[in-house]
Amino acid sequence: MSQVIDVRGLRKEFTVRVKAGRLRREKRVVTAVDGVDLRVERGEMLGYIGPNGAGKSTTLKMLTGVLMPSAGEVRVCGLRPVAERTRLALRIGVVFGQRSQLWWDLPLRDSFDLLRHVYRVPAAEHATRLRRCRDLLDLDEFLDTPVRQLSLGQRMRGELTAALLHGPEVLFLDEPTIGLDVVSKQAVRGFLAELGRASDTTLVLTTHDLADIERLCRRLVVIDHGRVVHDGSIAALHSRYGSRRLVVAELDTALPAPPTLPGAPLHRVEADGHRLVFALESAGVAEVVAGLAGLAALRDISIVEPDIEEVVARLYRSPAQV
Amino acid sequence: MAERLAAYRALLGAQARSQAAYRTSFVVDLVGNVGATVFDVVTVLVLFGVTRELGGFTLREALVIVGLSSFAFATADLLVGNIERLPRYVRTGLFDAVLVRPLGALPQLLLMDLPLRKVSRALFGLAVLVVAVTSAGIDWTPARLVLVLVAPLAAVVFFGAVFVTTATVSFYWIDSGELANSVTYGGRDFTSYPVTVYGGWFRTLFAYGMGFAFVSYHPALALLGRADPLGLPAWAGWASPVVALVAAAVAATAWRVGVRHYRSTGS
Repeated sequence: MSQVIDVRGLRKEFTVRVKAGRLRREKRVVTAVDGVDLRVERGEMLGYIGPNGAGKSTTLKMLTGVLMPSAGEVRVCGLRPVAERTRLALRIGVVFGQRSQLWWDLPLRDSFDLLRHVYRVPAAEHATRLRRCRDLLDLDEFLDTPVRQLSLGQRMRGELTAALLHGPEVLFLDEPTIGLDVVSKQAVRGFLAELGRASDTTLVLTTHDLADIERLCRRLVVIDHGRVVHDGSIAALHSRYGSRRLVVAELDTALPAPPTLPGAPLHRVEADGHRLVFALESAGVAEVVAGLAGLAALRDISIVEPDIEEVVARLYRSPAQV
Repeated sequence: MAERLAAYRALLGAQARSQAAYRTSFVVDLVGNVGATVFDVVTVLVLFGVTRELGGFTLREALVIVGLSSFAFATADLLVGNIERLPRYVRTGLFDAVLVRPLGALPQLLLMDLPLRKVSRALFGLAVLVVAVTSAGIDWTPARLVLVLVAPLAAVVFFGAVFVTTATVSFYWIDSGELANSVTYGGRDFTSYPVTVYGGWFRTLFAYGMGFAFVSYHPALALLGRADPLGLPAWAGWASPVVALVAAAVAATAWRVGVRHYRSTGS
């Protein structure tokens, strides 16, 4: 079976009690996940995003056996997460950005050693994986520091290592870069990219930081109000919601009239006509440059990638578009 | 199976090392923890300062009951008592963390938060029990020798089951701590005295409805060779392992149902 994750019609309802009047409380059913279908191939790196409360973490908890689905079929590594929780646990790794798998009062090294026993990993295998993580994540300088004294960035590098020491087939990451500084974010992303490149570990990542997705994932699943509103490549998201790459041309002298180039309409005119911004539709960068070169003296050309953040923000605001 | 045991042993070792990280406070706690159990015993001694008999029992006989009760409660509190912190485990995410590991959730929680400083209490309870049974003038038969070993262990299992069962209430109702305490600590106080001192529905409920009479009262009667003033036959003194197993089964079921409920509500 090449599908590591197979989810069909997944639903999760919570019953919450809300105040209704002075003493009375009413039961209300909230649907956190509302019919999610998801199939993930071995080795895929999947970004799972959505606004707060969209159902991201709830989905992840159902995939890892922490929560029981209200309805729907879930198979991870061919196993039912809740019913076969301990068997599944041996085959997946989980990093919750806001929760820890490490022993607070013990040196980081001890947590790794404990997890070797918890996951019953042969000593040699464990040593090889730990060595690799130590190299890639620069753990050596704080390996003997108690976890409670680590910075958030150091701790997160420890958490990643902890989740990988038993060689999981799937790694679930719930907001792994939350609260990290730029340098630590880069370290975490670089490590995950390397992991995806060098192994066939499947990666499912939830995040609020779209830079994580752009750096790591070719496939993006956007969830809103418990439903999947986009499942595909980042490029597909752009083309679907009309976001385009822009070509910014700096001119020595302003043109008397705005030029028209086939397949690349003029998007904006800035700096008194000295800067023209074209949106790429059917035309490529080369055609735009060639077209412009015949009209004016070019000082500089730059290309602006579409801003995924803007697209996703638009997506969140308009669930009706689906 | 052996591998799982090794994993649990590793968790226990980690907990010991974690607590050793705070050595001074550990020693202070170790001493301080004896206090609570000393009070249980002193209360009974004080009572016998004003009366020669309590519910038809002499001081030496009553001490057997106290010894069984304080040893069993202190040991169960050491091994299982911290499960009352379940709401905290849920809030801090520890509960989710143990659910994604390939081991049982309950043993992990117990081992990862085992309050080793309570060891002093259990040892004090054991000392009281040893002094009580050796000075009560028990007519030792082989059967009573077996009972004096089995009854305290059954009582530990029973109290452990009570701790787990009451803690599972917090899966449904987070602020259930006080209710749980009234059963666990209430049970300890109840079992420190012969059930004959209590009366009416209260005795029926605690002693037989919940089974607390089989922690210390009935085993003590059997050890002392006394008939039950309340009329239960002599075998009642030997029933405590059975009662403990029933309680353990109830606790295991309550835990499983509670975890399932958690899984269907989430956090």
